[in-house]
Amino acid sequence: MADGLKLHFDVDGTDFTVAGECSSKVKKTLKQLGFDPELIRRVAIAMYEGEINMVIHANGGTIDVEISPESVVVILKDTGPGIPDLDKAMQEGFSTASNTVRELGFGAGMGLPNMKKYTDKMEVDTVPGVGTTVTLSVIV
Amino acid sequence: MGEKKEWHSVTLDQDICKGCTNCLKNCPTQAIRIQNSKAKILKERCIDCGVCIRVCPYHAKKAVTDSLDIPDTYKYKVALIAPAFYGQFSRAENIGMILSAVRKMGFDDVFEVARGAQAISERTRELLESGELLKPTISSACPAVVKLITIRFPNLISHIIPLKAPMEIAAAMARREAVKKTGLKPEEIAIIFVSPCAAKATEVRLAKTDGKSDVDFVVSMKEVYLKMAQQIGKMTEEDIDRGSVSGKESILWAVSGGEANATHTERNISVDGIDNVIRVLEDMDDEKLKDIDYIEALACPGGCVGGPLTAENNFVARSRLSALVKSIADVGESVDSDIGAAWDRPIVYRPVMKLNTDMKRAMEMIMKIDEFCENLPGLDCGSCGSPSCRCFAEDVVKGYANPDDCVFRLKERMLDFKEKYEKLMEERSEQDEG
Ligand SMILES: Nc1ncnc2c1ncn2[C@@H]1O[C@H](COP(=O)(O)OP(=O)(O)O)[C@@H](O)[C@H]1O
Ligand code: SF4
Ligand code: SF4
Ligand SMILES: [Mg+2]
Repeated sequence: MADGLKLHFDVDGTDFTVAGECSSKVKKTLKQLGFDPELIRRVAIAMYEGEINMVIHANGGTIDVEISPESVVVILKDTGPGIPDLDKAMQEGFSTASNTVRELGFGAGMGLPNMKKYTDKMEVDTVPGVGTTVTLSVIV
Repeated sequence: MGEKKEWHSVTLDQDICKGCTNCLKNCPTQAIRIQNSKAKILKERCIDCGVCIRVCPYHAKKAVTDSLDIPDTYKYKVALIAPAFYGQFSRAENIGMILSAVRKMGFDDVFEVARGAQAISERTRELLESGELLKPTISSACPAVVKLITIRFPNLISHIIPLKAPMEIAAAMARREAVKKTGLKPEEIAIIFVSPCAAKATEVRLAKTDGKSDVDFVVSMKEVYLKMAQQIGKMTEEDIDRGSVSGKESILWAVSGGEANATHTERNISVDGIDNVIRVLEDMDDEKLKDIDYIEALACPGGCVGGPLTAENNFVARSRLSALVKSIADVGESVDSDIGAAWDRPIVYRPVMKLNTDMKRAMEMIMKIDEFCENLPGLDCGSCGSPSCRCFAEDVVKGYANPDDCVFRLKERMLDFKEKYEKLMEERSEQDEG
């Protein structure tokens, strides 16, 4: 990663309306770097879902993006409640989102499955009561 | 990139430009810079939306169009009239009056673009029903929007409906009809589009270089406006020798919402004004519009009635259009269905935002841009000649701008210099005393 580009974002956990801003910025940067549009699309969708999860389930957190000509790695870190049953959370349609959150159009239970689908590798490190770190990698 | 591929109708008159920064700040693709107190258009970024024509208080931004002097090699001249034109005249009582007046201005015949719109609406409905299209499907009618997509939204290119714009279809229909009427050769007929915008002028010019436009000349609505208004003022009942053969649905393509309405889809969006279009396309790019079938997107406020080359304000034009179509049937005379409506030119991504062809080098540049940006005030004031502080940082790192072009940085440097100078003077006088 020595010659890569690193981006850092702090995600506010109280404002739904700005969720998605970080993935938009990353999208812009990847375009400036000349990445393939399809790869940019995959990174943006996966990162957007992760960003939303951070806001609706974990009160915000930080995102680090490591970009190199070979890969794009997105590390989403929060100190939220953690995910007690990861296998269940990974199922399509599973969601613990509240009604209020659903009324805002989130909480379809497709976030984690889509993050997996759109990336080449996804690692979830989660401890109940401590927090969750999701690492998403897309290989060029 | 060849010269002709980068031809733009939108141009700048250097002598008139004062470098006021109005266009700089409003250009949706950040295609303008100010250098030595004059605006400059970065051609590869310009989408010919015409925003700069609209906002320039000194009218230094112009649209290059053709003149009405059509060469004699053409034996028969047909004016192609977009429906937005119908809303321009306060004294026009009906569309027939407008079409007759156009002919009296020196054309042999007049053809309504709305007939092309009708053909496109029919094909659009078929395609939407066939399930072959990616949803949401985006309209191809506004060339400024299509161009915007090619530079900013590569992933949306495949969602553009593969159909030509009504103007093109109407031009082909008009030529065919003229050949039938006159027995002349197709190339002896001139099809002259009376345009509401620069985008259409650019579109035609580019398509023509590929031999793929049936429009021979593009003249501006503004240019014919005065002559037309005078002509209409003189018209009597007997002078009206024709009527509109188009329906309400296709005439209302001129205003935002009209085209979407004619798709007969329930879940559609009609968005007008280039900044609004960008917002909608950004949402679509983020996959937030999955429940939408069709997107009508027009660069101009209010739709083509708000085109930069129209004479009347778009609200007035819209109201007149609705009055003119009141007594007209929804659908016009049937149109040729075998006219080639399929889009016939490739739409390709043009990565104009890419910093460098070498990705490693581009990464270094981004780091430098970020670093330089931190020392800028973030006021986006434009006095450096770039549209925003971020953009200025990019221009500096690319080598197009000088760091001291930022007045705030320059001021800081001067204050710094002053401080050092004063200190030096103080030290010197202490030495002298000692
Ligand atoms: N960062 C996180 N912190 C805590 N819980 C999470 C986090 N991300 C996901 N979850 C849990 O996993 C479930 C499934 O997530 P996801 O597939 O994104 O669906 P949704 O967000 O629509 O509920 C969530 O409902 C939530 O219970
Ligand atoms: S026509 Fe539009 S894109 Fe081109 S320079 Fe003017 S405002 Fe910018
Ligand atoms: S909205 Fe209509 S008038 Fe405006 S640029 Fe697009 S096609 Fe031209
Ligand atoms: Mg989610």
